[in-house]
Amino acid sequence: MLNLTINGQAIQVPRGTMLLDACQMAGADVPTFCYDPQLHLAGSCRMCVVEVQGRHNLQASCVTPCVDNMVVDTESPATVEARKIILELLLARHNINCHVCEKTGECKLQDYCYRYGVDDSRFAGEKGHFTSEDPNPFIERDYDKCIMCTRCVRACDEITGAQAISVKDRGHHAKISTVFDGKLADSTCVFCGQCIMVCPVGALSSKVSMNKGRAYQCEKVLTTCTYCGTGCTLELNVKDNQVVGVSSNRDPVYSPVNQGALCVKGRFGWDFIHSEDRLTTPLIKENGQFRAASWEEALDLAASKLKSIKTEYGPDSIALFSSARVTNEENYLAQKMMRAAIGTNNVDHCARL
Amino acid sequence: MTNSIDELEKDATAIFLIGTNTTENHPIIGYKIRKNVRENGAKLIVADPRRIELAEIADVYMQFRPGTDVALLNGMMNVIINEGLLDQKFITERTEAFEDMKQIVEKYTPEVVAAITGVPAADIRKAARIYAEAEAGSICYAMGLTQHHTGTDNVKSVCNLAMLTGHLGRPGTGVNPLRGQNNVQGACDMGALPVSYPAYQAVSADANREKFEKAWGVKLSPHNGLTLTAAINKAYQGELKALYVLGENPMISDPDQHHVEEALDNLEFLIVQDIFLSETAQKADLILPGVSWAEKDGTFSNTERRVQRVRQAIIPPANSRQDWQILMDLTNRLGYSMDYGSPQDIFEEIRTVAPSYAGISYARIERTGLHWPCPNEEHPGTPILHIGKFSRGQGLFHPVEFKEPFELPDEEYPLILSTGRSLFHYHTGTMTRRTQALDAHQPTNEVQVNHHTAAALGIQDGEMVRLSTRRGSIELKAKLTDILNEKVVFTFFHFSEAAANILTHAEVLDPVAGIPEYKVCAARLEKIV
Repeated sequence: MLNLTINGQAIQVPRGTMLLDACQMAGADVPTFCYDPQLHLAGSCRMCVVEVQGRHNLQASCVTPCVDNMVVDTESPATVEARKIILELLLARHNINCHVCEKTGECKLQDYCYRYGVDDSRFAGEKGHFTSEDPNPFIERDYDKCIMCTRCVRACDEITGAQAISVKDRGHHAKISTVFDGKLADSTCVFCGQCIMVCPVGALSSKVSMNKGRAYQCEKVLTTCTYCGTGCTLELNVKDNQVVGVSSNRDPVYSPVNQGALCVKGRFGWDFIHSEDRLTTPLIKENGQFRAASWEEALDLAASKLKSIKTEYGPDSIALFSSARVTNEENYLAQKMMRAAIGTNNVDHCARL
Repeated sequence: MTNSIDELEKDATAIFLIGTNTTENHPIIGYKIRKNVRENGAKLIVADPRRIELAEIADVYMQFRPGTDVALLNGMMNVIINEGLLDQKFITERTEAFEDMKQIVEKYTPEVVAAITGVPAADIRKAARIYAEAEAGSICYAMGLTQHHTGTDNVKSVCNLAMLTGHLGRPGTGVNPLRGQNNVQGACDMGALPVSYPAYQAVSADANREKFEKAWGVKLSPHNGLTLTAAINKAYQGELKALYVLGENPMISDPDQHHVEEALDNLEFLIVQDIFLSETAQKADLILPGVSWAEKDGTFSNTERRVQRVRQAIIPPANSRQDWQILMDLTNRLGYSMDYGSPQDIFEEIRTVAPSYAGISYARIERTGLHWPCPNEEHPGTPILHIGKFSRGQGLFHPVEFKEPFELPDEEYPLILSTGRSLFHYHTGTMTRRTQALDAHQPTNEVQVNHHTAAALGIQDGEMVRLSTRRGSIELKAKLTDILNEKVVFTFFHFSEAAANILTHAEVLDPVAGIPEYKVCAARLEKIV
């Protein structure tokens, strides 16, 4: 074990621990942009710099291995000054339109500027204009807000493995790009939205959720995806009794199967819930036409028809297709109804299809 | 799955995919497999008639003729036996009837199998060696393996291969069916099957029947019921009079749509409980509006047998009703009393009759779902099955001979048609076709056809073409590709306006599972003039 002193607090960590993790263990809230616990380290944003006694330069804590007897200050004046400059440099090319930005309230750039009182940039000058129209229906790309943390690039490569995006050009002109700087649809992108999941600012957001509600206005309800059999955990974002988006819970305790990762259907395939085509009343067919009916009438009709058919032809003349779409509880009741109330084992579902 | 999903990323050192386009149909599992291959150097074997995404990073890719799965698997086993790569200790200690299987497999030399499947003998050898020599070999399959008239044979062959090499009961091994629908595992677990009560307790066994008669306080039928496909046939013949369809859409999902339509028209009474006016609901005499998954509480069981919570996020539309309440209300009207206050009440009853769920409670899965079997409250759940012992005791080898698909190409219908799913849509499309972004991205069906086949027919990429079989024909866009060989075409079954199941056949089903042969029928592709 290694002994460290972080912000005056003694702490022991195993050899191989990174300094950022040690700082977090010691309760320090070290700001980060490019760091993501699920992704390989980039060490590029320098936001997590800390002052280590006896070292000339500030250390990027996410990529600095702990050494025995380190004495660390995570909020020393030099550290704070360095972070302010980084924020000013980022603001210099950031399109500050927080008033209409989807990420307001869950934007790291906004949070850190607030924390360190950075309201403007001394470096503001010529601004690039990176915004590329991307006609896909899923992902909004606004690179005038990009801070080049490359978390999206790494998530695309390391979580999804699509390798659809990378960094193009250098310095002030650097931007995230697909091959030949084309549309996402023409790249290897599979629209899983892992890039949106990891983006710390408003550069990447969901087109499907746009203008429907910000994170702090939504209740997040943890549930299990309704599509394939993988059983991914996701959060339904709810505002005013409407599902307005899907977000990731990346904690493996809550999301043991997918650790927050989703596919295009899980992340963007939810607005059928509010489709105008939803059935909202029981319907009875008369002379080839459906008419609305009350629940009493509908259920009475179902019961009387099933009873008379059972009496006339026997219970095995009735069958039920239960569903891989509905819950265990509903499947249990469906088969119990057929077996206990009708008296047949004619129960199946689409496992074969 | 005998094993858990995470093992495919962390523990498996060789993964054999057969009949699963994993990155499209189980994307998160596909991503985990790819990560294991790229970052840990796990070996990957892909067998599929289409050169799917994961084939690009495979150590061996075997593009085999659709429907020749048994031959291919027997070929791999032939190599493993002849080269002495089998796990003799596992075979001796944990299995029986090895010699019967060995005898059948003997004639399936790589050269013989190459002639049947179209896969070079060298690739069969290489695949067999990689899988057999792996420290932890995992087999994953999906409907590409099962949707054949020999579906059960195919699965038995996969089990033979795993037992032959001892790749069972350890982390990163196993026989892993990737189940296609969110709760298809749970529906089976709950006894939505014609032959078993909840937790796979056979209805034909007197002891089980007595148990459920006692639990439910009513006499129960001792006869196995009808499978879905058999029920449709009985309706077609006029013997089935009433059908209750809960959240399914057989008009689009079942083979031979005209046959299904006539069958449904023959019924005296059709009840459909759904959230949309699906193609099947349009045929109904009575429609009962249920609620969507965002509007209900309950549990789903995923493909790795993990029971997880579903939580109500919003209040459903006015005058729709919770599906469990509809079922309860109707059952009460049928004269059998049900009285549950919530889905949790129902789950508590499930625990008392399904031993594998006995230890699972809403409280225990509030944060992290549990794998069944979980027999008591202290049990941690079972991510890996068959450790040390199979559920039947000794693992039974099944000698399986290769049988040709039911409908082979001929002069009139020279191509093989396979059907399946797209990444962007789901099953019969009732949900995804009504999801703006997904339908905007992929609004129409397509038939994937090899460039050379298309060129010979004068067909250009994106052109509308006619795809026909003996059952009927549909018109759809041609998508030129090189992921298929020249004799095979592929289409999706999500699109009612160009429904793949107008084309598929219902004539011969798997004799055990009743599964239709969606992956092989004879077809003809034509330019529309």
